[in-house]
Amino acid sequence: MSMGSDMYRQQILDHYKNPRNYGELEDPTFSHRGHNPSCGDELEFDVKLAEDEETIESVAFHGDGCAISQAAASLLGETLPGMTLEEVQELDRDDAIELLGGDISPMRIKCAVLAEKVVQDGSEIYLGEMDDETTAVEDA
Amino acid sequence: MTATEPESLDVEAIREDFPILSRTFDDTPLTYLDNAATTQTPAPVLRAMDEFYEEYAANVHRGIHQLSMESSIEYEEAHDRIARFVGAEGREEIVFTKNTTEAMNTVAQAWGREHLDTDSAVVVTEMDHHASLVPFMKVAEWTGADVRHIPTDGAGHLDMEQAAELIDEDVELVSVPHVSNTLGTINPLSELADLAHEQDALILGDGAQAVPNRPVDVKALDVDFYAFSGHKMAGPTGIGVLYGRADLLEAMEPFQFGGGMIERVTLEGASWAEVPWKFEAGTPPIAEGIGLAAAADYLDKLGMETVQAHEAWVTQYAHERLAEREDVTVFGPPVDEERGALVSFTLDGVHPHDLSSILNEAGVAVRAGDHCTQPLHNALDVPATARASFYVYNTTAEVDVLLEGLDAARDVFV
Repeated sequence: MSMGSDMYRQQILDHYKNPRNYGELEDPTFSHRGHNPSCGDELEFDVKLAEDEETIESVAFHGDGCAISQAAASLLGETLPGMTLEEVQELDRDDAIELLGGDISPMRIKCAVLAEKVVQDGSEIYLGEMDDETTAVEDA
Repeated sequence: MTATEPESLDVEAIREDFPILSRTFDDTPLTYLDNAATTQTPAPVLRAMDEFYEEYAANVHRGIHQLSMESSIEYEEAHDRIARFVGAEGREEIVFTKNTTEAMNTVAQAWGREHLDTDSAVVVTEMDHHASLVPFMKVAEWTGADVRHIPTDGAGHLDMEQAAELIDEDVELVSVPHVSNTLGTINPLSELADLAHEQDALILGDGAQAVPNRPVDVKALDVDFYAFSGHKMAGPTGIGVLYGRADLLEAMEPFQFGGGMIERVTLEGASWAEVPWKFEAGTPPIAEGIGLAAAADYLDKLGMETVQAHEAWVTQYAHERLAEREDVTVFGPPVDEERGALVSFTLDGVHPHDLSSILNEAGVAVRAGDHCTQPLHNALDVPATARASFYVYNTTAEVDVLLEGLDAARDVFV
């Protein structure tokens, strides 16, 4: 039986099984965690900013959850260095889906956007634009 | 216990009664194994609701005209029908609610707020559904009452020694799931009722996973309150049931107020209609109540003992085949113990949500997640499980489709 090929593309499986930037940073500028209450997906991102205090220098994440949520975190982590916090705020749901190669089932969008939301909320909290609380992805 | 295939149930004929079961997705047939979440609805139930809308739709209890009389009689008799289905005295012990959750909230709020205080306690279990845990958590917060939890052992059983200790003279109410929606455990409800009654406490049974699958007699169980849902027993959504002992319901104040539940209102005050109507404020789910009565007819025609035997057969078939796989972990009681019609499990290396997505591509519907029992999942130390749950129309061939889906998931991930 050949199944699971539509959403579980090689790239997603690769990033799920061998996540990039997995772990913790020694000296992060800020850290933030989030979860997906309906699934139990959990992610924590550490972000280190460059000397200009607005460009991301490096990131690391760790967490536990389904292939979509964890691969999305790994793929996002690869694109973040070099972006400014302002650019991070402009990312939307479509960007998260595109990073995963598109074609994510509507019931799994929450898993796909968790990483992006965690980094965005972490940035906003760091910039003092939002109260410090754990990100929860309810309805994406 | 070894379940055998009951001969008296013609599953193929039953499947004909459920139009949705013939659905396909690009030639892949539907394999519906998410019955603990909601069961499908047979044609006689759909017809009963259509008949209401096509022939005698009207509001109940208040019109003098012919249609209102007909709808009032059908709706009120639906309460009698459900009373017979679970062994209650009559309509005065059967409140129609929106679902099990609203039934649990009715006890928590209408009874709990009156009877709980800083000196009293409620006992719930670690395996309770959030629909039981959270209403009592809130009422305890409001009243200052204590909430105690009966723990679950490794085999998915309530720790009855702990239960006997926790249920002491301070306890006013014990709330227990009759059948666990996650573990499938059939809890010793009567035994717990005895423990409660010895301390002059009441007991509330959450019957959401019991009433659909096995004969239930509230008097034989000796429960004071008992809650269940229509949509898990071949009935429609939007209707649930609270059974309450007549003397208790009569003494209770309602917690929702409005039309339909009133005896008399002046600008200064109001008095309530008799039970059960004082607990059914506003226009009730009329078509759904009538549909639920039709579902009871449908199930009684099959015979609840036969339904139970069929589900035990399919469940045990699934349980045995899942448990024999090295990369599958099954939660709850062992294979040789009777359980509710569900099996929760995990597959090594595949998150339950990914598993469910891959099964979906084979047309298989299962539930993946925490099944509204987060504290239990914390105790089991898994964030989520996959759950296959069965009903009268499921076959062992459908279980085989599920098992093939597990192979496919393993091929993708491992």
